[in-house]
Amino acid sequence: MNRIVTKRFSVNVYGLSITRKNFCSNAASRVSSSSSGQSSNEHEVKQNFTDDGHQYDVAIVGGGVVGMALACSLAHLPLTKHLKVAIIDSNPALGKRNCINKEDPPDPRVSTVTPATISFFKDIGAWQYIQQHRHAYFDKMQVWDYTGLGYTRYNARDVNKEVLGCVVENKVLHSSLLSWIENTDFRKTIYPSKLTSMALLPSSSSMGVESTLSTTALFTKGRLAKLELSDGKSLYAKLVVGADGGKSRVRELAGFKTTGWNYSQNAVICTVEHTEENRCAWQRFLPAGPIALLPIGDRFSNIVWTMNLKESSDCKTMNEDEFVKIVNHALDYGYGSHPKSSSSGGRDMFSWLRGDVTISADECFEVPPQVIKLASDRMVFPLSLKHANDYVSKRVVLIGDAAHTVHPLAGQGVNLGFEDSHALSRVIAEGVAVGSDIGEVSLLRKYEAERKPANIAMMALLEVFQRAYSVDFGPLNILRAAAFNGAHYISPLKKSIISYASGEQKMPLPLPFFS
Amino acid sequence: MNLGWRMVRKLRIVNARNGAFFNARFFSDSTTQLPLASVTVDPSSNATKTYNNINKNSTSSSLKHLELAKFAAIADTWWDSDGPFKPLHVMNPTRLAFIRSTLCRHFGKDPNCAKPFEGLNIVDVGCGGGILSEPLARMGATVTGVDAVDKNIKIARLHAGSDPETSTIEYCCTTAEKLVEEQRRFDAVIALEVIEHVADPAEFCKSLAALTVEGGANVISTINRSMRAYATAIVAAEYILRWLPKGTHEWSSFLTPEELVLILQRSSIDVKEMAGFVYNPLTGRWSLSDDIGVNFIAFGTKNTH
Repeated sequence: MNRIVTKRFSVNVYGLSITRKNFCSNAASRVSSSSSGQSSNEHEVKQNFTDDGHQYDVAIVGGGVVGMALACSLAHLPLTKHLKVAIIDSNPALGKRNCINKEDPPDPRVSTVTPATISFFKDIGAWQYIQQHRHAYFDKMQVWDYTGLGYTRYNARDVNKEVLGCVVENKVLHSSLLSWIENTDFRKTIYPSKLTSMALLPSSSSMGVESTLSTTALFTKGRLAKLELSDGKSLYAKLVVGADGGKSRVRELAGFKTTGWNYSQNAVICTVEHTEENRCAWQRFLPAGPIALLPIGDRFSNIVWTMNLKESSDCKTMNEDEFVKIVNHALDYGYGSHPKSSSSGGRDMFSWLRGDVTISADECFEVPPQVIKLASDRMVFPLSLKHANDYVSKRVVLIGDAAHTVHPLAGQGVNLGFEDSHALSRVIAEGVAVGSDIGEVSLLRKYEAERKPANIAMMALLEVFQRAYSVDFGPLNILRAAAFNGAHYISPLKKSIISYASGEQKMPLPLPFFS
Repeated sequence: MNLGWRMVRKLRIVNARNGAFFNARFFSDSTTQLPLASVTVDPSSNATKTYNNINKNSTSSSLKHLELAKFAAIADTWWDSDGPFKPLHVMNPTRLAFIRSTLCRHFGKDPNCAKPFEGLNIVDVGCGGGILSEPLARMGATVTGVDAVDKNIKIARLHAGSDPETSTIEYCCTTAEKLVEEQRRFDAVIALEVIEHVADPAEFCKSLAALTVEGGANVISTINRSMRAYATAIVAAEYILRWLPKGTHEWSSFLTPEELVLILQRSSIDVKEMAGFVYNPLTGRWSLSDDIGVNFIAFGTKNTH
């Protein structure tokens, strides 16, 4: 009888629960009597603990596309949909719904989402919202360089796929995830604020039984991280997720070290218009860096042009007509001639390798569609590479750009971020399945073990591309051209490249040469 | 670490040659003289005196005093995931995966649910610092954790109390035998890595059975008394890799799976499922397998007659 009463009591008043398990043996009652002096203090500690903030399972700092993707993925998985999630972001877009005007020209901030990311969106059910907005699938891609020595064309049919990818404005990705989660009964709270401090006191591992109040308090706090926000609010969470981008505050506060460097290069991005619809992704390597022309739907394309700092400031200030002229120049005869579409020669050279020939190997070099006018502001972003040496520590985990900022060369950054979100939500679900504390570092290391090698591989590959094109040197140019021709004509290599770039293959290494 | 692993592998190779022979012999020995592994400690020994306050009226218990002393000495470190209990922390998700799947199937619970054990009354015998009890509580069970070491129970209470999800666990410093005397009954009785530390495994199993409701479930895990277990769980884990304090395990107290099945059967528990744990030194993780050569876990149900 006594037991039932105390039990119900302990459920209701959680602060008092520690010492109220005194039904069983003599030893047990000795414990509670000996620690009853402590219980009032413990009670106070806990009162403070729950009163001055809200308690969550997961606090996602940064409600951008990667942070929202994590929230959606958690809301989608059966084992994690019960979790209480806080999203901290001062971006007002999080509060609004569906503020995209379809008549506006596309925003220059776009992402090339890979088939892996598309299936992630489809799995959770958010792709339908993307389809209501502007988006552009492409099934062909052409990569070439200014030396005119080689080119590569990729076709989705090489790997029996419908598409190679889809270009979507970042705001469409974001609002789709937001619309989806608004239509679920997922328990999330949005804090329109910024993170100012994060406290995680270690749960003293060699805590003695006769611990004083202070160690008890420390210990208690070891089970939760405390976040303080710029508007004076504070909250507690079992797990803090840093999804707050390249300049991550969470990463800084948690003391994660990073490795990286600036390229002393800028990316100029903008939206341009053609006379007809563009259906192919184009990328040309120029002496100062690559220029990419991506379809974004209707008669619009997106430009991502990497160049040195001086050129980028010129590009931003020059008048529109002049800018359109240099864009067309860069995508056509600028800096060098067109590569020859010597379809027979190249094929013969590599014919000994593999019999089967990809569809695109017969495709000739094409010139991208002319740009007729600029349809947005020109935006300039500095390029850098940054990688966090660790992604996880107790109660803290980094995803997306907070963990790794990559060269935008292949549009892989956001896809890596989505894969992080996906992987982290699965790891959290695995933890919930076996009743783990979701902030336990041993659990979080599973996520790190899955994502870190994959992210490093992609970063290294992009870095090699970056370096390979930063030098204009005869023999190297020929080597690059050989690589282009190899990628164009050797079908297993080509298939492997497509499959890696579309996010289906986690590592670039297992080339099917040996299959 | 690397070197250590290489040595383990070497030992494993040596064992692969002799293993079958040894296993066979020990098994045949044991079947002729059950109950087995009766390494008891003289109650007047020094170690017992030092720790005899742990459990004053322990004559009726199947516990070994020396074993209790070992655990009391390191009780403070239960929740240090890099401390002496690290192997248990690392193994814990794998053990829980087995418990989750077997109990969900047995009790007809939805395995895709975050709290599948809601409505189940589970006792964790030999709960230590509560590293199994807490996950069970998070999975929705009404958990009672018992341990004969007073210090363990204090640590467990303190730790569980700081999280509302686990603060409902009822911890008490007692033994399975005493719970039987108190006529407590549970839907599931779990005793992981405990039976190798008790003086009389057969008596212990009888107590576990007595705590289980008719048609209830039992989960027991332990270490096989194989040469491979000697090489890995004692030589490698205690002496080479130093995962466990030296003397944590006594090889002669281990039970083979056949012996465990037999003594459980005599306590009217039918073993329905068994799995082994294997350690992958590259990933540092454990996984379930059919290999019950070293660490193994058994799920049984209490038959109704």
